[in-house]
Amino acid sequence: MSDDAPFGPDRHITLPGPLALDGGGVLAPVDFAYETYGTLNADASNAILLCHALTGDQYVASDHPVTGKPGWWTRMVGSGKPIDTDRYFVVCPNVIGSCMGSSGPASLAEDGIPYGMRFPVITIRDMVRAQALLLDHLGIDRLYAVVGGSMGGMQVISWAATYPKRVASAVIIASTARHSAQNIAFHEVGRQAIMADPNWRGGEYYADGKGPDAGLAVARMAAHITYLSEQGLTEKFGRRLQNRDAKTFGFDADFQVESYLRHQGLSFTDRFDANSYLYITRAMDYFDLAEEHGGHLANAFRGSATRFCLVSFDTDWLYPTSESRNIVHALNASGAPVSFVELSAPFGHDSFLLDVPDLNRVVDGFLKAGGQ
Amino acid sequence: MTALRPDLAIIAREVAVGTRVLDVGCGDGALMAALRDGKQVDARGMELDPANVAECVARGLSVIQGDANIDLADYPEGAFDYAILSQTLQTTMRPDLVMEQLLRVGRKAFVSFPNFAHWRVRLSLLWGGRMPVTRLLPIAWYETPNIHHVTVDDFRALVRDQGIKVEGAWFLSGDRLTSAAAANFRAEHAVFLLSR
Repeated sequence: MSDDAPFGPDRHITLPGPLALDGGGVLAPVDFAYETYGTLNADASNAILLCHALTGDQYVASDHPVTGKPGWWTRMVGSGKPIDTDRYFVVCPNVIGSCMGSSGPASLAEDGIPYGMRFPVITIRDMVRAQALLLDHLGIDRLYAVVGGSMGGMQVISWAATYPKRVASAVIIASTARHSAQNIAFHEVGRQAIMADPNWRGGEYYADGKGPDAGLAVARMAAHITYLSEQGLTEKFGRRLQNRDAKTFGFDADFQVESYLRHQGLSFTDRFDANSYLYITRAMDYFDLAEEHGGHLANAFRGSATRFCLVSFDTDWLYPTSESRNIVHALNASGAPVSFVELSAPFGHDSFLLDVPDLNRVVDGFLKAGGQ
Repeated sequence: MTALRPDLAIIAREVAVGTRVLDVGCGDGALMAALRDGKQVDARGMELDPANVAECVARGLSVIQGDANIDLADYPEGAFDYAILSQTLQTTMRPDLVMEQLLRVGRKAFVSFPNFAHWRVRLSLLWGGRMPVTRLLPIAWYETPNIHHVTVDDFRALVRDQGIKVEGAWFLSGDRLTSAAAANFRAEHAVFLLSR
C-alpha cells in the first residue's frame, strides 16, 4: 500500500475545507491524521467511527509513536474484539485542536508560523463537522456506528444530533450532554496552571521548544485525579510511602500517590501540547447540546432513527450516571430506541478504558444487533 | 428458544402485531425477544438489575436500567400501545401509583401477579400460622422482594377505584388456564389487560 493510500495506519490528508466554525471563524485548509483498521465493504455500510477522549488520539489499536505503548482501546478494538476489525471498517481521526497531526494550535498558519493562540476556538460540533469532511473524502456516507467514551461520547451524541441520517447506531460511554460547573471548574484549574507557567508566553513557545511543561504537568495531575475513584486511589496507594521508611518532613514526594501523579504529569508533557490542552478543554466546557436545541435536549433527537446505547459507571464522579440518565430521558421523550446500563467497576471515569468485561459484552451485543 | 413463562405466553399471544410495547421489569428480555421476533413489535424494556440489562442489550434489545417506582415518570404520555408489568406490581413501593403511570405511558397495560388468596397460600397461613412459603412464593418473608402482596379481588377493587377498565383477564393454575369463577381462590396467577 502506497503511503498516500486513504486506508491504513498513520494516514494524513489535507482537505481544502473550508470548515465553518461555531465561533464564527473558518478553518481552511484542514489537516487530518487518522488510522483505519479492517476493510470497507463494497457498499461502504460497515464503517464505525471511533471518537477519542480529551488526551486521546488516533492510535486506537496500534502502538503510540511517541510513548511506544499499545493503542488506547486494544481491549475493545481488533480482530475478534467487540469492535471487530474482521467485521467492521474502523476509522479514528485525531480531533481538530489536538496535536497528533490534525489541525491544531501547533499547526502552521498561512504565515508559516504556528497558530498558537491565533488558532480559532473550536467546539465539539466543530470536531464533528471536521470528521464529516474526512468521511466524505473517504467515501463513507452512513456510519454503521459511532462509538466513544468521555469526550468521545460527546462527539458521538453531537454526531447523532448534527447528522442523524448518517448514524445508524451510537454508543456513548461515561459521557454527558453538557459540561457541569464542576467539570468546567476542574478544567479552569488546568488552564490556569498552564497559563501561569512563565514558559507559556501567550502560547508562543514553539520556536525554541521550551513549552510550559510544569503548568501542563499540574493540569494533568489535577485532571488525572478526576479520572480515578477515591476507592481506586485508596486501594492502589493508600497512605503508603514512596521508597522510604519514614516521612522526610520535607516536600519531596513522600507518598506513593504523589510520586504517581508527578510521573503522570511529567510523562504527559512528552506527548501532549499545552495549547491543545487549552483548546480542547475549552471545547468541552462549551459543550451543551440542549443549549444548541432551544434548551430542550429531546429536541436534539427529534425524528432520529439512530439506535442509542449509553453506559455509565458507578464509581465515575466526573460524568456520573445522572448525566447519562439525563440523555436517556431525552431520548425516551423523543421516542428513539435507547439502551442504558450503569455498570459496576472500581476504576472511576477511566473504567471505559479498563478491564470491565460487561462493557465489552454490551458493546459487542449492541453493535451486532445493529446489523440485523 | 426456551418456552415463555405461562403468564408471559398469554401476554405474547394477546399483544397485537406491529405495536409499540414497554416491558417494565423485563428481566432477561425473554418476552421482548418473543414479541420482536414473533409479532414485529417495537419493544422497549426497563429493568432494575444491571446484569439483566447487560444480557438484554447483548441480545440486541433496547433496555434501560431503571426503577418502575421512579423512572416511568420520564416517558411521555401515550408513548406505547402497551405497557407490561409482569410479576413486578407486588414488588413496587406504591402499586397504585405505578398502575397510574402504566396507563399514562401505555394506552393499554398488561399486569400479571401471583394471587395471594390462592387456596394453598390460605391453607398455609391458616394451618401453619406463618407467612406462606409455597412453590409459587418460595422466599421467606424477610427476604422476599414481594412487599405488597395482592389478591385477585384486591386487584379488582383497586382497578375499580382508579376508574380503570378491565379488557381481559386470564387465570393460571400451574401452567394451565383456569376459569374466572372463584379465581380468587383457585388461581395461582392472574393476568389482566387494562385500559382507561
